[in-house]
Amino acid sequence: MTVLGWLQIAIILALVLAAAVPLGGYMARVYAGERTVLSAVLAPVERGLYRLAGVDPAREQGALAYTLGMLAFNLAGVVLLYALLRLQGLLPFNPLGFGALSPDLAFNTAVSFVSNTNWQSYGGETTMSLFSQMAGLTVQNFLSAATGLALAVALTRAFARSNASTVGNFFVDMTRSVLYVLLPLAILTALVQVAMGVPQTLDAAVAATTLEGASQTIAVGPVATQMAIKQLGTNGGGFFNVNAAHPFENPSPFANALEIWQMLVISTALVFAFGRMIGDRRQARALLAAIAVILVAGIAVTYWAEAAGTPSLLAAGIDPAGGNMEGKEVRFGLAASSMFAAVTTGLSDGAVNAMHGSFTPLGGLAPMFLIQLGEILPGGNGSGLYGLLVMAIIAVFVAGLMVGRTPEYLGKKIEVAEVKMAILAVLILPCAILGFSAVAAVLPDALAGLGNAGPHGLSEIIYAYSSAAGNNGSAFGGLSANSPWWNTTLGLAMLLGRFAYIVPMMAIAGSLAGKTRLTASSGTFPTHGLLFVGLLVGVILILGGLQFFPALALGPIAEQVQMLAGKTF
Amino acid sequence: MLTFLRPAATLLVAFTLITGIAYPLAMTELAQALFPTQARGSLVERDGQVIGSSLIGQNFAAERYFHPRPSAAGNGYDAAASSGTNLGPTSAKLADRLKADAAALRAAGVTGPIPADAITTSGSGLDPDISPANALAQAARVAGARGVDEALVRDLIAAHISGPQLRVFGDARVNVLALNLALDAAAPAATAPAPGS
Repeated sequence: MTVLGWLQIAIILALVLAAAVPLGGYMARVYAGERTVLSAVLAPVERGLYRLAGVDPAREQGALAYTLGMLAFNLAGVVLLYALLRLQGLLPFNPLGFGALSPDLAFNTAVSFVSNTNWQSYGGETTMSLFSQMAGLTVQNFLSAATGLALAVALTRAFARSNASTVGNFFVDMTRSVLYVLLPLAILTALVQVAMGVPQTLDAAVAATTLEGASQTIAVGPVATQMAIKQLGTNGGGFFNVNAAHPFENPSPFANALEIWQMLVISTALVFAFGRMIGDRRQARALLAAIAVILVAGIAVTYWAEAAGTPSLLAAGIDPAGGNMEGKEVRFGLAASSMFAAVTTGLSDGAVNAMHGSFTPLGGLAPMFLIQLGEILPGGNGSGLYGLLVMAIIAVFVAGLMVGRTPEYLGKKIEVAEVKMAILAVLILPCAILGFSAVAAVLPDALAGLGNAGPHGLSEIIYAYSSAAGNNGSAFGGLSANSPWWNTTLGLAMLLGRFAYIVPMMAIAGSLAGKTRLTASSGTFPTHGLLFVGLLVGVILILGGLQFFPALALGPIAEQVQMLAGKTF
Repeated sequence: MLTFLRPAATLLVAFTLITGIAYPLAMTELAQALFPTQARGSLVERDGQVIGSSLIGQNFAAERYFHPRPSAAGNGYDAAASSGTNLGPTSAKLADRLKADAAALRAAGVTGPIPADAITTSGSGLDPDISPANALAQAARVAGARGVDEALVRDLIAAHISGPQLRVFGDARVNVLALNLALDAAAPAATAPAPGS
């Protein structure tokens, strides 16, 4: 670890905060339906869309209707994307003549992009036509992020309102997320990314003759437009097989800093927007403090472990100061690779600029554990905030148990119904991750996909299901996941992790919206102070640790011990 | 559910047209007009022929050229099939490969600690850069193969080091293709093949 490395990390985080505060204020106005700087251009488009779709923007929905609208929209998204991928061979913009995807791969990919997971069982440049990349995958990069944002806004309204029967209109919140937040930021940053070297062309490949006279086919495409939204929307599905490690997706250290900024900025801004919408910005600052503590710790563990290197590298005579560069790019080095890994998993992004599967055991444990904590640091677009609020509900419940009072959060009484639903939601992750992993660990069909032996093989399995259920999308890439077993079960894990979580979360929203918002009294446990921050960090870490420590002990922790003992597999 | 079908289907189709067709196509036009070089892939030409991209690594095996990092993309620097090895820290295969590559470097005359990037594969398999230390470790071999003074080669390396951007972002690096092109211009090797061979 170097001072310069940490300085780089600190600068990027500062740039995120600097942009997130005004963006949060802007987003709060957008979701309140107020006029913004972009209204002159976008309001007519917005009205046109509502007229076409038969949506009355003034008519709000209750939590149930909101959820059903969201489910219908996402179901239609899965069906359309599945159809596009199965019919790929017949559709335009297919210069390399790629054929249809297999049914299991098309299912996996459709679910993956609609659920904001963007797990990729395929290599982009060897599988997807330009049409599939644009009209299929890029679209869901926008819509899955917009879906998450809408849901978080609905939950926020449930806290902010008193005795309300509605939480907003899903189609309005989703449309505003795309038009006012995601699209303008994508247009702006995609152009910057092109300037930095990310290609944007309708050609699929360029033929070159190298200096030594060999021929090299260089895959290109409309990369920048997909790159911008995949980072802003915390999607993470790369245009190319190796994602943001590819020099065309991530050409320079500046481009890398921009991509980390893109990943973090909307989710961070949403926390600020939340503070404004509930009318108490101190609450947002407390949540951000909890996020920062765990995220920076995750970056530190990864950075430290990667800088330490491995016995295999040292035995080969490598300069010990070089650290573990296997699977990393020279232009990023250790600090920027470690930061990217922690941020992409603290969020639900899942883009990678280095191969997590080649990280040291502890360097790989940190991203895996950050996913298992629920990706709430600050998490995916929307999904991060609603996940964090569910954790906050559990935290005030635990505090209430300690002092024997009915817990309150943001002026709403947290009672049996809310706590039951919160626990139900957080149980989805361990059930999906550990359940599927346990079966895969003994099934020959599943084990055939492993790329590494020993504990690292088990880590590949646990990471894959964590990534799928957490809607992350990154991988220990040694796993060959394009087989019916992996495609199908990972697809199911993604569906559970997304929608089986959303339903109880929205049940909480419905229940909270109807309650009276109480003013704080002297007996209220303040949720904006350091005590609450500490409690929230504790609840997040203890819940995650209790659920996943046994599995992690058999994977990365066992591997660390074996590695230090000089064992290879 | 039926009441949700019309808005769901309509908005899905509308946003497919907006974000899936209009956005990428309009941005392609704009990008090609504003940044034509980058938008087409930062291609490098010599004598009117595309010899690669400044952002994408390519294979160099000859003694007279600087060598890139080992690559796991296809058979090495296959820019249509990016890939890392994805071998883990306790992989026996990785340990064996590291040892073999280190031995090859020692046989080529590299002494002292081996630069970290010299025997590790990159994440993409297309890393266009090597570390300055890696370039310097190859200077004697390249100078010998070209029959030129090593100082000339070292000067070329020094001129091609890009430090961290703004001194903070990323690591110092040397673009292998740019360095080799400069090498060909400054010190044409006696053994260089005739054009087109």
